[in-house]
Amino acid sequence: MSALAVRNLVKTYPNGVQALRGLDLDVPEGDFFALLGPNGAGKTTLIGIVTSLINKTSGEVRVFGHSIDTELAAAKSCIGVVPQELNINYWDSVENIVTTQAGFYGMTRRQAAQRAETCLKQLQLWDRRRDSGRSLSGGMKRRLMIARALMHEPRLLVLDEPTAGVDIEIRRSMWQFLREINRSGTTIILTTHYLEEAENLCRQVAIIDHGRIIERDRMSNVLRKLHAEIFVLSLREPLGAAPRLAGYEVSLVGDHEIEVVVTRQQDLNGVFAALTAAGIQVISMRNKANRLEELFLRLTAREPPTDGQR
Amino acid sequence: MSARTQAVALATLVRKECNRVFRIWLQTILPPAITTALYFLIFGNIIGRRVGQMGGVDYAQFIAPGLIMMQLITNSYGNVVSSFFSAKMQRHLEEMLVAPMANWVIVLGHTLGGVVRGLAVAAAVTVVALFFTRLQVANVLVTVSVIVLTAFVFSLGGLINAILAKNFDDVSIIPSFVLAPLSYLGGVFYSVALLPEFARQLSLLNPILYMVNAFRYGMLGVSDVDLGVAYAVILGFAAVLFAICLVMIGRGTGIRT
Repeated sequence: MSALAVRNLVKTYPNGVQALRGLDLDVPEGDFFALLGPNGAGKTTLIGIVTSLINKTSGEVRVFGHSIDTELAAAKSCIGVVPQELNINYWDSVENIVTTQAGFYGMTRRQAAQRAETCLKQLQLWDRRRDSGRSLSGGMKRRLMIARALMHEPRLLVLDEPTAGVDIEIRRSMWQFLREINRSGTTIILTTHYLEEAENLCRQVAIIDHGRIIERDRMSNVLRKLHAEIFVLSLREPLGAAPRLAGYEVSLVGDHEIEVVVTRQQDLNGVFAALTAAGIQVISMRNKANRLEELFLRLTAREPPTDGQR
Repeated sequence: MSARTQAVALATLVRKECNRVFRIWLQTILPPAITTALYFLIFGNIIGRRVGQMGGVDYAQFIAPGLIMMQLITNSYGNVVSSFFSAKMQRHLEEMLVAPMANWVIVLGHTLGGVVRGLAVAAAVTVVALFFTRLQVANVLVTVSVIVLTAFVFSLGGLINAILAKNFDDVSIIPSFVLAPLSYLGGVFYSVALLPEFARQLSLLNPILYMVNAFRYGMLGVSDVDLGVAYAVILGFAAVLFAICLVMIGRGTGIRT
């Protein structure tokens, strides 16, 4: 059975913006699924409709077979959601926030208190249980939203950019936690801007753009399409023109900077060997865009963003 | 969800609303008690002594039920507006919207929170009133049913306001420009029998007049309106406003995109 089945989903906002244009998607039960796409592609609208925060224009959505049109309560019972925007009651205590949410799903106070201890300990918030939501750091607020979403033990956990603004150490501990939840049988749908996150966690990926799924495959297959990366090299001495490096595409982007395209069949050693032979010294190097941006650009055939647009 | 789980969800929401009311009692309970003390001091004692009797009782005694009702109305309305609108603005209303709670649970839970605030304020105001005048309860059933139903009606009104509100101006317009004038002109400080015929007939269009007078009847045994008509008005408003709230929450008006 599909954890999530979406058919011909359309959403047109009152201002005329068509966020979803006949979107179809299936997420198998037990999967760790990445939903990727550029800003404004329709990811948050899709999640909003699945979690009933946004009314759809037309189409069909089923959660573990329950239609959101005819069995909304059953569908909602299966879902836990961690939205992109912080949406906790800042004046309430951490413990109250999670137990109140559990009560909304029909858990008694005793059940909720026991479950709260488990969830808050798992997300390293137990020591802060008496503190108000506003006193938590950004990372803690994110973890609190995950704990809240897990209180009723959902079969499908939807995470919309859960690690945005979270430092790398906490991000990695959250990844570990999410892997464990997934291993215990919870299906997870993750939207993220960090390709590293999707690569690390997800087995399947769908890429959404302009309200449609433009790619749906195993993560490994999609990543193979990333066959080239662009590196920006800073040079010690200024150059008047782009140097000729046999087999590499090179362009001059400033007096002291060149861009080099390196395909999967090539390597950086060749670039440095050619530069050394030409007497050009490199003082630093960086990726022009992150890999996710490149992936989007390739799949959506868009012009690369300029630095000012990023 | 089963009836039992809906009941748990309702109890959770009511508890959450009540916790809010009593956590910030300095903002929710105390101010109306102080305002009422000032009303009694000025209108009940200083001016009231010159007025003498109204409706067959001392003026301070006459205005006591009206003042209790006025604070009940303002606070039950204000509680739901404030709670629901801030939940909408801070987005933690989504906690309820993603949960499998029935629409009637969301409506009733918030409304009961307003009723609790209204009754808590009414109790505080009654205690204040006892320092200035002698109070009695002529008919317990009428007194209790009218005060609870009135708080229910205005809590529903507050919920509709909060659902439709898009900014903070929207939540202050109705209390300032509709509720306050209707309360002051609803027979709190005077008997409509004293008004010229045209003004008296106009006053009969004011629903608050029926609530104040029905409550006054419960406490003092005197009223400017027929008790049956007053109950019909209160119950009619309760039924219509509850239905409107259910339809709005069901459609996602003002709360879903």
